[in-house]
Amino acid sequence: MALSGLVLVLFVMGHMLGNLQIFLGPEVINAYAYKLHELLPASALWAVRLVLLGTIAVHIWAAVTLTLDNRKARPQGYLEDKVVQASYSSRTMRMSGIILLAFIIFHIAHFTVRAVPGMQYESESKESRILEKTEVPLVKDGEAVLKNGQEEMTFNVNDMMVAGFKVWWVSAFYIIATGLLCMHLTHGFSSMFQSVGLRNGLWRRRLDRAALAYGWVVFIGFAIIPIAVMAGLLKQDPTGGLVSQVGETAAITESLEK
Amino acid sequence: MNLDSKIPEGPLSEKWSSHKFNMKLVNPSNRRKYSVIVVGSGLAGGSAAASLAEQGYNVSCFCYQDSPRRAHSIAAQGGINASKNYQNDGDSVYRLFYDTVKGGDYRAREANVYRLSEVSSDIIDQCAANGVPFAREYGGLLANRSFGGAQVSRTFYARGQTGQQLLLGAYSALSKQIGLGKVKMFNRHEMLDLVKVDGHAKGIIVRNMATGELTRHASDAVVLATGGYGNVFFLSTNAQGCNVTAAYRAHKRGAGMANPCYTQIHPTCIPVHGDKQSKLTLMSESLRNDGRIWTPKDAEVAAKIRKGETDPNSVAEDDRDYFLERKYPSFGNLAPRDISSRAAKEACDEGRGVASTGLGVFLDFRDAIKRDGQNTIKERYGNLFDMYQCITGDNPYETPMMIFPAVHYTMGGLWVDYNLESTIPGMFVGGEANFSDHGANRLGASALMQGLSDGYFVLPYTVGNYLGKQGVADAGKVTTEHPAFAEAEANVKARTDKLLSIGGTESPRSFHKRLGHIIWEQCGMARSKEGLEGAIKDLQALRKEFWTNLRVVGDADGINPELERAGRVADFIEFGELMCRDALMREESCGGHFRVEHQTEDGEALRDDENFAFAGVWEYKGDDIEPQLHKESLIYENVELATRSYK
Amino acid sequence: MEKTMDLTLKVWRQKSANSTGTFETYGVKDVSEGSSFLEMLDTLSEDLVEKGKEPVAFDHDCREGICGSCSMTINGIPHGPEKATTACQLHMRHFHDGQTITIEPWRAKPFPVIKDLVVDRSPFDRIIQSGGFITSRAGSAVDANAIPISKATADYAMDAAACIGCGACVAACPNASAMLFTGAKVSHMNSLPQGKAEKDRRTLAMVATMDGEGFGGCTNVGECEAACPKSISLDMIAHLNRDYATAQIKNFFKPVA
Repeated sequence: MALSGLVLVLFVMGHMLGNLQIFLGPEVINAYAYKLHELLPASALWAVRLVLLGTIAVHIWAAVTLTLDNRKARPQGYLEDKVVQASYSSRTMRMSGIILLAFIIFHIAHFTVRAVPGMQYESESKESRILEKTEVPLVKDGEAVLKNGQEEMTFNVNDMMVAGFKVWWVSAFYIIATGLLCMHLTHGFSSMFQSVGLRNGLWRRRLDRAALAYGWVVFIGFAIIPIAVMAGLLKQDPTGGLVSQVGETAAITESLEK
Repeated sequence: MNLDSKIPEGPLSEKWSSHKFNMKLVNPSNRRKYSVIVVGSGLAGGSAAASLAEQGYNVSCFCYQDSPRRAHSIAAQGGINASKNYQNDGDSVYRLFYDTVKGGDYRAREANVYRLSEVSSDIIDQCAANGVPFAREYGGLLANRSFGGAQVSRTFYARGQTGQQLLLGAYSALSKQIGLGKVKMFNRHEMLDLVKVDGHAKGIIVRNMATGELTRHASDAVVLATGGYGNVFFLSTNAQGCNVTAAYRAHKRGAGMANPCYTQIHPTCIPVHGDKQSKLTLMSESLRNDGRIWTPKDAEVAAKIRKGETDPNSVAEDDRDYFLERKYPSFGNLAPRDISSRAAKEACDEGRGVASTGLGVFLDFRDAIKRDGQNTIKERYGNLFDMYQCITGDNPYETPMMIFPAVHYTMGGLWVDYNLESTIPGMFVGGEANFSDHGANRLGASALMQGLSDGYFVLPYTVGNYLGKQGVADAGKVTTEHPAFAEAEANVKARTDKLLSIGGTESPRSFHKRLGHIIWEQCGMARSKEGLEGAIKDLQALRKEFWTNLRVVGDADGINPELERAGRVADFIEFGELMCRDALMREESCGGHFRVEHQTEDGEALRDDENFAFAGVWEYKGDDIEPQLHKESLIYENVELATRSYK
Repeated sequence: MEKTMDLTLKVWRQKSANSTGTFETYGVKDVSEGSSFLEMLDTLSEDLVEKGKEPVAFDHDCREGICGSCSMTINGIPHGPEKATTACQLHMRHFHDGQTITIEPWRAKPFPVIKDLVVDRSPFDRIIQSGGFITSRAGSAVDANAIPISKATADYAMDAAACIGCGACVAACPNASAMLFTGAKVSHMNSLPQGKAEKDRRTLAMVATMDGEGFGGCTNVGECEAACPKSISLDMIAHLNRDYATAQIKNFFKPVA
């Protein structure tokens, strides 16, 4: 649990930092996405993806075996069962974990596989997207846009996120899930040190506080994006963020028309 | 009854070494042919079982608790003595020996005490090697404290839980042997009879307390380490299950019972709070270093305090009687256990007792707090004050503590010779269950020493000596098929059936309480001829009533706490009678035994060395026949008999 | 005079290991607030005996909080509501007149009920038998001062060794895990220089036995520490985890002959 948890804890932080680049402007986050997809060899990307999926699988497998063992260890419960000091998050790891799993599946389907029914994904035609300015232009593949007259590949992650979070229930689910993630982490982050024996009374207090801070940072870091989208602070940018100057859009349109 | 103490010849300091050399040895490869039964898993039993198994004998160990780790040795707080002289303050084997003989009021056997003192150092080494976390100094060496009024610092300790840690050490050694299959452990088993074949102890009958099943166990030797009989008083600091049954059953089978009247009353226990109380709790004696013991001078003031009408803090200095300081100016509040206990009882007898029952005296820290400040007192006694508050609900920083004496330890027990062998050949007795080392009064921190000495360093030799003498041809020859086992089992069964079928109206606990009341009043801190004679009559009547009006609910087929208590109380009633007889016979005052007829003009104990320098050993003769007294003369070749004085 | 109270008790009654149990409700009257919880149960027992009924069976012995015999869950908390207190040291002044108190046995598969509130805790003994010792035959010890032990180490070992083996940790753990018990014993022995030689062997063997007995796994929720009458710290579990991980790694790379 602890070792797979550690990988996931680190991933969550990396993922969050990546996402937050949306506030630096569409060009930054899109370039980041582009780099992830195109600059690394595809095998590396897949390796990372598989490691992450594998880690999740190990985490789930460990959780399921632990849960089954633990259920078996107490076939008969108490009539009255009081909790003295166990935190709410520590006692709800199973529930928060299960909901998070559901969310992760949705999340991957939504933003990685991009195959959630009912979501409007962009058509294959690049022209139509630019020209028609589809309202929910979720991007399925990389596309070429012009920058300074050069054709460059980009992923319009900015639009994808903005468009995705404009759907209220997507945002709601996302915020709730990251809230649960926060809870899951406030126990898991500190617990992970305990499980490998790197904790004592003093460090337990410190790590518990660090875990709480970590959980909240992750929650705020993730949840702020849908909130910003709902509040209208983040907007779509059909150019993929590569056009930062007035007039360039026209140029692109022009070039595409040719 | 043959009371040959088998004390080895030669000078005191060489007796044990030469005896070890002269003992019969059993070849290591032959040891596995022998089996030994150990009853009890406390310090003596646990360490004996582990050590015998380490040597290669097949051991069966029995305890009534659900785990050998729960034996009542675990409750000892203060510490364990050893003549290491780590403090360079003049301790030696001889000084520990001398102090123990003197502390026992010259009623212990010199050779045994000397051996105890000799092996005391090995015990500390053994326990440290076993992982007992003794208190250490910053330099990493063992810490010591002075305890129980000793002039040297020879007490080793592990916080206030020395007994627990020593027991867990012995338990872990025992557990290792159980894991290896060398010891078969029988938890929740109670010994109900001893089986003798051709005069030798060859086995026991036990009841599985979880299933009710009676089983027979045969062996080549039997070791009893079944603790003391303090619960004959009903209220004592002993655990609820502590009982005399195993020892008394062995007594009925022919083992001599020595000095049963030697009981120790500890002065600093929390007073009784009401008639529902089941147990008395000891507070460490160290409290007397700073606390001042007093009662009001005026019985009327005491009565008002009892009713809660007067706040003890409001009693003026002149109206307080600091009776220990008054009577024993040089020792004051630190007077020995027996003396302090009696003084408190006298004050209460005069109607000056406090606590709701009138049985309590104050142990007041007011002056100490004024002198040293609350923080200093808290550092010294914080945990004890917390414990007191937990039990009584009173805050001892604000209102004086109340204490009263309680039965704590029993020096008497089954008679054993130098080999710890009883008058039944092949039956050995260790720890509190035997009578050997403490005479008429035990010093603080000596009980743990004796238990482990017996178990780790004496019995493993002397049991082997006995087995070696029997010869390997006889090893394992007696089996449970022998008719003596059937006879003993039938006896146990008949007795159990009888207990269940009396069909009277009074519960075992109620009889136990009544027994305790008689013993406490007549055979407690102060004993008189008249009182003891009356007590014997009362106990005989109680016994009759018990066997005609007892009610035991439930059956014999499983856990039945009523049946367990009934069996124990039955033995306690008979044993109590023996105690009173012993106290009546001993026309002197010594150690824990105080006969009001034998005191000096100012109320101090008056020993009679000319007529009573012997161990009184009782032989069982039959249910309604007076037991027969035998005497083992105590010969003092090294220590000069003197009067203890604490003025 | 001490105050008294009347109480309603809901007590688990079970005739034997194989029978099914049920809760019975009893009233007890005039319980003095100075009595201990077990003395209150004694009163109930006497009342039941008076009526010719079998008293409630429960394990108890020293009644001063050190033997570890008493084992009952009182109103949902092992050993009851007072912190760092065994049931025998719990006094009735912490309850009030008219209160209903639920009394249940330890609930864990490795601790089957034998009768009423009495459970079989022999798995704890077996964990110790598999490795909870420092091998040192009687007579083979060196002088106790030959191996200095720093005060800090001795104090730490004592903190761990204070465990009374009552099983409240298992009873309180939502997973019925025995990690606090095992951790305490491992920490005690592994931290002392005398215990180092058998450290890895001890740790692996005790954990294997513990798992084999059917205790649940630790999820670091900390209920064990809260219920422990001796306040054994979760640090002992961390210590066990650390030593277990080290032992596993060493075991993995041990030289093969």
